Amino acid sequence: MSAIAPVASPVSRFEPAVMRRKLSGTVFYGACLAAIGLLLLALVALLVDVFVRAAPWLDVDFLTGVPSSRPARAGILPALVGTFEIGVIVGLLTFPIGVAAAIYLAEYASDSRVNRLLQTNISNLAGVPSIIYGILGLALFVRALAFGPTILAAALTLSLLILPVVIIASIEALKAVPQAQREGAYALGASRWQMVSRSILPAAAPGIMTGIILAMARAIGEAAPLILIGAFTFVTFLPNPLEGQYTVLPIQIYGWAQRPQADFQGISAAAIVVILVLMLVLNALALIVRARLSRHIQW
Amino acid sequence: MVEEPALTSQLSDSPTFRGESHQGPTVRIATMQQHAPDRGAEDRETVIELRDVSCYYGSFRAVRDVSLTVAKRQITALIGPSGCGKSTLIRTMNRMNDLVPSYRTEGSLLFEGQDLYARSVDPVAVRRRIGMVFQKPNPFPKTVYENVAFGARINGYKANMDELVERSLRRAALWDDVKDKLKQSGMALSGGQQQRLCIARTIAVEPDVILMDEPCSALDPRSTLQIEELMAELKRDYTIVIVTHNMQQAARASDTTIFMTMGEDRAGFVVETGPTIEIFTNPRDRLTEDYVSGRFG
Repeated sequence: MSAIAPVASPVSRFEPAVMRRKLSGTVFYGACLAAIGLLLLALVALLVDVFVRAAPWLDVDFLTGVPSSRPARAGILPALVGTFEIGVIVGLLTFPIGVAAAIYLAEYASDSRVNRLLQTNISNLAGVPSIIYGILGLALFVRALAFGPTILAAALTLSLLILPVVIIASIEALKAVPQAQREGAYALGASRWQMVSRSILPAAAPGIMTGIILAMARAIGEAAPLILIGAFTFVTFLPNPLEGQYTVLPIQIYGWAQRPQADFQGISAAAIVVILVLMLVLNALALIVRARLSRHIQW
Repeated sequence: MVEEPALTSQLSDSPTFRGESHQGPTVRIATMQQHAPDRGAEDRETVIELRDVSCYYGSFRAVRDVSLTVAKRQITALIGPSGCGKSTLIRTMNRMNDLVPSYRTEGSLLFEGQDLYARSVDPVAVRRRIGMVFQKPNPFPKTVYENVAFGARINGYKANMDELVERSLRRAALWDDVKDKLKQSGMALSGGQQQRLCIARTIAVEPDVILMDEPCSALDPRSTLQIEELMAELKRDYTIVIVTHNMQQAARASDTTIFMTMGEDRAGFVVETGPTIEIFTNPRDRLTEDYVSGRFG
């Protein structure tokens, strides 16, 4: 009797079970398909429902009119203008502040514990419910700084809300630029600022711009913090950013959707379609900007 | 070549970059000529001198007590096994390692007699005079033209940019490949072309020394040969230091060879320095002999 166990033929040591492995792949593929199908179904149902309700109300008068107690005559121009003004101010504030903060954290600050703590906290801030920012905005901008319930206070509040998102997205975009790019610029005698401004920022620009545009879309779609800091649901004039009442699209939608009459539900749906189109435009813009800025980039 | 720019304590820029008129280097296209190693290295003027240089990453000593000289308009090759500190050493020569937070250098590195690590010396000015080409081609995500113009722009080049770009690309033996693609992305070029683009952008700022950290390790043999021919051409005007894993490359392309290895403590040190022919045919040290004959490393 040999001490060595009989050696099995090489084939029998494996159990290829090709059919079973293929089957598990197919099952997983099916699960993924089901997940995306479910989402699409929900989205399509929502869109169809909104569009069907909105269709009778959507016309030029709706876009250029002002709110009215009679749904047939109601329009959303004050809300559109309010949203536009807030968008402009939020963009002007968050772009320079957010990108500068990100550049500092990613390119200038040393990789210390304080820096990492700061970045973790900024990430956490991005997850704080927007109503909390509303409370902050009410205490800080509306009352302490006495801006009152104005577009300016709303824009400042929404800027605080999306700044963490902008900063995190920008940091990620900057960190995604290979270290070799920094060394390449330095090796030609670039100063740190020249390296950042002429080499790293252009390379990170697609990611930064995408982050900012998506964050803007979020700011424009917010209603909760604005309710708290005093947006109105019935404004019949075009708002002045620095004083007086204002409304924005999400607040207008909220106001109308609360009303029991079916016609108000209809114009609410019509306003939803308008804001959906606005979001679509912003997202498309993000894609276009990304494609344009990254045409030379391929790491 | 601009005649010996005055080297003040601030490592001042050469006249071209102060916007004065200048006579650019003669345009030459790399030819297929055979490169004959120069044996008279000892008589040559020293550009870079290292005296007892040790390099540390935190408490780890990566390189210990290196003393060596780099001769003007020569190709000096640094060879040795992986991890012996060749890259660390070459990156101390233009203060590129300053970017590593825990890094520090001991000893003195003299560039044209001046201490590169003196307090008054700005690393930005050092790197303008001592350029670097990296292991993996790292063109900027910009057009071919802008890649070459980049260094000149940041250094305040005032003369005709089109001329500089063409001259630099010709000197890097890349002009014929890219003259119709100047507006295309530098990243769309092949690996060998990208590396020559990086060389073109380095010589566009007219440095005195070009450091090459394994410039061919990511390239195919044909591109490697092109780069070697280019180096032979460039040494007429530039001092070149090249780190290479490829002993044939060092033997083919360099005038002087520095052989490094590492000790028990993993700290790299220089075993032997000499004319390339001597190192490869008649090494004095047993370690060198084992390495160049392929018995080790």
